[in-house]
Amino acid sequence: MGRIFAYITHKNGVADDSALELAMAARKIDPSASPTALITGWGSAIDAASASVASSYAEVWKISNEKLAYPNAELVRKALVQVVPAGSIVLVPHDHFGIDLGPGLSVRLNAAFVSDVLAVDATEGGFLRAVRQEFGGQVSAHVRCDLSSGAVITIRPGAFKVPAGATQNGTIVDKSAEIGALESGRRYIETIAAESGDVDITRHPILVSIGRGIQDKDNIAIAEELAVALGAAVSCSRPVVDAKWLPKSRQVGSSGQTVKPKVYLACGISGSFQHLAGIKGNPFIVAINKNPKAPIFQVADVGIVDDILEFLPEMTDKLKQVAVG
Amino acid sequence: MEILVCIKRVPDTSENELQLNTGGNDIERDDLVYSINEPDNYAVEEALQIVARTGGNVTVATVGGEDDEEVLRREMAMGAKQGVLLSDEAFNGSDGKGIATILKSYVEKNHYDLILTGVQADDGAAQVGGMLAALLDYPFASLVNSIEVVDGQKLRIGREIEGGNKEVNEIDLPCVLSIQTGINEPRYVGMKGIRQVASIEIPALSASDLGVAEATVGEAGAKVTRIDYFVPALGKGAEILQGGREENVEKVIELVKARGGVN
Ligand SMILES: Cc1cc2nc3c(=O)[nH]c(=O)nc-3n(C[C@H](O)[C@H](O)[C@H](O)COP(=O)(O)OP(=O)(O)OC[C@H]3O[C@@H](n4cnc5c(N)ncnc54)[C@H](O)[C@@H]3O)c2cc1C
Ligand SMILES: Nc1ncnc2c1ncn2[C@@H]1O[C@H](COP(=O)(O)O)[C@@H](O)[C@H]1O
Repeated sequence: MGRIFAYITHKNGVADDSALELAMAARKIDPSASPTALITGWGSAIDAASASVASSYAEVWKISNEKLAYPNAELVRKALVQVVPAGSIVLVPHDHFGIDLGPGLSVRLNAAFVSDVLAVDATEGGFLRAVRQEFGGQVSAHVRCDLSSGAVITIRPGAFKVPAGATQNGTIVDKSAEIGALESGRRYIETIAAESGDVDITRHPILVSIGRGIQDKDNIAIAEELAVALGAAVSCSRPVVDAKWLPKSRQVGSSGQTVKPKVYLACGISGSFQHLAGIKGNPFIVAINKNPKAPIFQVADVGIVDDILEFLPEMTDKLKQVAVG
Repeated sequence: MEILVCIKRVPDTSENELQLNTGGNDIERDDLVYSINEPDNYAVEEALQIVARTGGNVTVATVGGEDDEEVLRREMAMGAKQGVLLSDEAFNGSDGKGIATILKSYVEKNHYDLILTGVQADDGAAQVGGMLAALLDYPFASLVNSIEVVDGQKLRIGREIEGGNKEVNEIDLPCVLSIQTGINEPRYVGMKGIRQVASIEIPALSASDLGVAEATVGEAGAKVTRIDYFVPALGKGAEILQGGREENVEKVIELVKARGGVN
């Protein structure tokens, strides 16, 4: 098996949590491996991030280049192709950056590509057996990946738990001189911050969160009425925002808001990992879904198999009666 | 602008409860309702809006079998001028790279200024678009949620990154973009629209038509294969309330109250 690399994403000189998770995943792929961190960037930011990563990797390959100050995946790919030896395994976090980098990198390295890996079962005879999900997490799949010409593997954030302790005193190897001129047909211009909305769902202790199961724009009122009766705010999953039924500021998830309520009522939400990624602080989750097999029931504390279009109004009525009585 | 949109027909999971087949090697497909992969539909709408502004045509293509013609026609009813089916027994069992290789051969035999895919197929891995771009040596951007045509040479695009923030890039044509849901509001397609395109011929192109080397696609070319499907053992799992609706309503209110809710 080839050498294992972990691509480190970092911001303002601080390495992302995925840095440690990728090291963990590397050990699952090959318990005897000593994975090498790969880091790109520029200036004091990359120096600070490399120094911090050296405490968890024995070796850190650093590519410092002004053009890589912002991680434009097209340029990062061009840089990595210059330094990564043929047959290597490159691990990348499965996030908006990994989705951008991974597939093209695998083609350029002539390596296999496996995305969004949750677990590694075994590595045998030059093949890796890994677990991924399909259909928004409704089913899992074992996949078999031929490692003979290397692989690019994106790793689901949070899937590989990192044990405490185990520090390294890694060496930083400067690979910057091995990169030729970096040019790309795609140029980063700017980042526009998400608009803040009418309601700040990140501050509410109770969220009535609705998903595609709400079915129609007119039914949003059902959730709003319940929220009023409960003293809660209405949040939602992505399809509700895609359909323009609620503003983007109400979306919970990896491409929306991160919320930390005490109580989260997931109503007609299947429980995809991108949605769950936005729920932090271990709230009490009540899931209401008409499909008893919905993945949300695996993470909820309490589940109700029912139709939200009937259950929620009944809850509102009950709360109103209590308030009057 | 000549735009190609790569589309896929997938089981509609918002309509179906997925079950595993008895062998565990696939999902039970007999009674499934299929539809177009959701982001692909947004990609077609975006392409149609671009040609409405700048002129040109939209072509939709899929790698699949006869059954997949259905989604080509659906997107033609939306306004795509042409549908193309890339179909050959040799394509069966292709991994993402195989699909991208087939699409690449088709693109090279034609001329497109812009190629769109969806971000990810429901049964996919968010890979085909990025691979296709790398095979063609075109620039690529994923998770695109806005497109502005600057001129005939380049686009200004937004990418959705964490927290709903937007990364703005300029990208040269020709390029490949993977389109994220929510970028637009796809138009409605009625039965009438579908009937209107029912008799348009959809060319089917085989491996030899495309000049695809058979060893690079299908099972022969696949480095990644799915072994089986399974439903993982539930984690701790929710306590499922077994009462009637009224009882459950009361129970939930009580639980929420106990955790500091309900004024
Ligand atoms: C890069 C990327 C980023 C993403 N970011 C996010 C994100 O930030 N946030 C997010 O939420 N998603 C995000 N997604 C989308 C995510 O993968 C899922 O598609 C989405 O979360 C599904 O939303 P849902 O659960 O509402 O819909 P579905 O998965 O369609 O589930 C609907 C559920 O409602 C149930 N239901 C239907 N009708 C009823 C009824 N009458 N009563 C009760 N139950 C009913 C169904 O059984 C089903 O379980 C992202 C995807 C990608 C690719
Ligand atoms: N068989 C196919 N034919 C045409 N396009 C496809 C096919 N499979 C995937 N795609 C395109 O690639 C995107 C990403 O799919 P995937 O990489 O499989 O998740 C899809 O949204 C489609 O636009």
